[in-house]
Amino acid sequence: MKRSVITFVVILVVLSATSASAALKIFACEPEWEALAQEIGGPDVSTFSATTGLQDPHQVQARPSLLAKARRADLLICTGAELEIGWLPMIQRQAANPQIQAGQPGYFQAADYVRILEVPTALDRSAGDVHAQGNPHVQTDPRNYAPIAKALAARLAQLDAANAARYASRYADFSTRWEQALARWQEQASSLKGMAIVVHHHSWTYLENWLGLQEIASLEPKPGLPPSGVHLTEVLAQLKSQPVKFIVRTPYNDERASQWLAERAGVPAVMLADTVGGTPAAHDLFTLFDDTLQRLLKAVRP
Amino acid sequence: MNSTPSWALAFVAIVAVFVSTPSGATDRAEIAAIHQEIQTMKAHYEARIAALEGRLARAEQATKTVDAKAEAAQTAVATSAVAAAPPVAASAPASTNAFNPAIGLILDAKARYYARDAGDFHIPGFSLPDGGGLGVEGLGVGESELNFYANIDDKLYGSLTTAVAEENGDTTVSVEEAFMQTLTLPQGFTIKAGRFFSSVGYLNSTHAHTDDFADRPLPNRVFLNGQFGDDGVQLRWLAPTDLYVELGGELLRGASYPAAGASDNGKGTWTAFGHVGGDVGDSNSWRAGLSYLAAQANHRDTSTPDAPDLFSGDVDMWIVDAVWKWAPNGDMANRNFKLQGEYFARAEKGRYTPAGGVALPLSFGQDGFYVQSIYQFVPQWRVGLRYAQLDGERLGPLFTGTALDNRGHTPWDLSAMLDWSNSEFSRIRLQYNRDHSGLRPDDQVVVQYIMSLGAHGAHQF
Repeated sequence: MKRSVITFVVILVVLSATSASAALKIFACEPEWEALAQEIGGPDVSTFSATTGLQDPHQVQARPSLLAKARRADLLICTGAELEIGWLPMIQRQAANPQIQAGQPGYFQAADYVRILEVPTALDRSAGDVHAQGNPHVQTDPRNYAPIAKALAARLAQLDAANAARYASRYADFSTRWEQALARWQEQASSLKGMAIVVHHHSWTYLENWLGLQEIASLEPKPGLPPSGVHLTEVLAQLKSQPVKFIVRTPYNDERASQWLAERAGVPAVMLADTVGGTPAAHDLFTLFDDTLQRLLKAVRP
Repeated sequence: MNSTPSWALAFVAIVAVFVSTPSGATDRAEIAAIHQEIQTMKAHYEARIAALEGRLARAEQATKTVDAKAEAAQTAVATSAVAAAPPVAASAPASTNAFNPAIGLILDAKARYYARDAGDFHIPGFSLPDGGGLGVEGLGVGESELNFYANIDDKLYGSLTTAVAEENGDTTVSVEEAFMQTLTLPQGFTIKAGRFFSSVGYLNSTHAHTDDFADRPLPNRVFLNGQFGDDGVQLRWLAPTDLYVELGGELLRGASYPAAGASDNGKGTWTAFGHVGGDVGDSNSWRAGLSYLAAQANHRDTSTPDAPDLFSGDVDMWIVDAVWKWAPNGDMANRNFKLQGEYFARAEKGRYTPAGGVALPLSFGQDGFYVQSIYQFVPQWRVGLRYAQLDGERLGPLFTGTALDNRGHTPWDLSAMLDWSNSEFSRIRLQYNRDHSGLRPDDQVVVQYIMSLGAHGAHQF
């Protein structure tokens, strides 16, 4: 019995030690960071995303499969700013992986590298599920990817020094293509500037900031609470005096609320991917914003 | 109980593996190792330079921001007609209180109604620990839970959970969990030490405020006293595979039910558990496990405090658990479904002394299971159904009239619940039990609220 237990433990340790492989293993909390890691890491990284474009990243559970993936990850890329507070701390604590703990190079928070909007001055949950560190949905403004990509390229080079030059050249290439795309998008979107809109969840702040959209109401009475009949009626009344151009929701928001309002207010309801994979067309970061603008421009076309 | 030393040995072996260095390397291997080391050092220094550059850039940025803010503040003061205090730095000086642990408070109150007299409650065949019975009837404030947690340093995490409750007019404060846990052991190992809820089974290690029903299932109540926790150490190992494989064991004091008396110099209980889990597509995830618990009971008193039954001997318990969760596209927000079940088998061997009786030699087995499902059909609303049953050997005529005499009865319990959550921080629940654990069936209704204030730690799967 004693000997078999010892043998068993030795086998476990050997198994763990021999599991290393060449590519840098990346655990992305959301698909946009997986896509960015692929742009900069190319074949030097293997990536996994904990969530899909059809899931609300607030509502993910610390599933066994995520613990198993995090156990072997070399780098965790997450949004931060408390977006993943309901599940990521559990993953970091239970995955038995020293590399991905807070403060380690193996933990990368995208929100650290951009300006966070709507940092609350007063914290009270009567205001709904507010994030103490500000609005975490930074991925809806394409301009935010430039500083994040730069920081990520540096981080990849730090973790995998042997391939540093390759990360740097892929970053330079991505950066050029992104600048060109940004210029193109800005031109395409110029007609959207100043338009008033309604959103389902208050998660489009960064997109609005980029495109100059005016959010006048949200379908959720408070962030994180589902739309109620009473609140929708109030929003409908508000739209009589403050007309809007369209209503925005994500693929994972229940469509009934925005459809209800769209029919009565006579404005289009637009479903926008808030990350890669949210719509079939949005299969990487470039097509994500191509698709977003296409859908918006189609909605406002006279 | 001859397996306890082997457990301790295994533990020592693991520690030995950590501290020992590989030996017997050939020259070529040695050169390769030196080469590797140089490469690592090189990479390390390059990484550090990059990190330092990053820090410098950030510090410069921060200084600029602070300068800008200070300037703005100065301008504001200058333009303001009211004389104000001299401008202070934009960021407040770091206070030592900033390191305070996160504090979470759970208010968990229940109002219970029983058709039968709760004082007469007993389950034939089982001498119940205090967590096995029914809660106090009527309106009640229940249990308030206070949780503090934080990273202790770069390698350790710590947590304290206390429960404040009132029983028979006395306010009791109890330490539910107080442990430290490692975060950075190599090779997938984690050690937890202190007082904690055992990781055997599925439901046992989760906190009661995350339960889907107002009471724990029958087998958890009779076999684990509702929730089994004790003082000791836990070692966990997570396999480096895509399939989730977790193996672990605990060496515990043996002071809490099903053990008692802290036998074997205060290491009277040990456990071993294994869990596997994974996803099926984007919509399904699952976990299943097998656990074993060996406990030594030394004058374990159960049933009623003033006239207890006593048991001294060995307890062996096996638990099989499984949980399956489903949500469309894996998005839990709108609709989701959960199916979970656990099976318990317990053997007790020793001497049993019924209240007011003489000691009897005892060796018998009992088992039980529960199955439950929860369905969130629209946001905020969930329904649940649970069935639980107990079974066991019928003892001989010596035991007639004692609590262990099951009188040919198979205890069972059927529960239905409906709950509503305004937000993820509040929940109100209505539950109905058709409780046939006693000889005659009872109808029970529970109204419960669970409120979460302050920091709210991430939940287990």
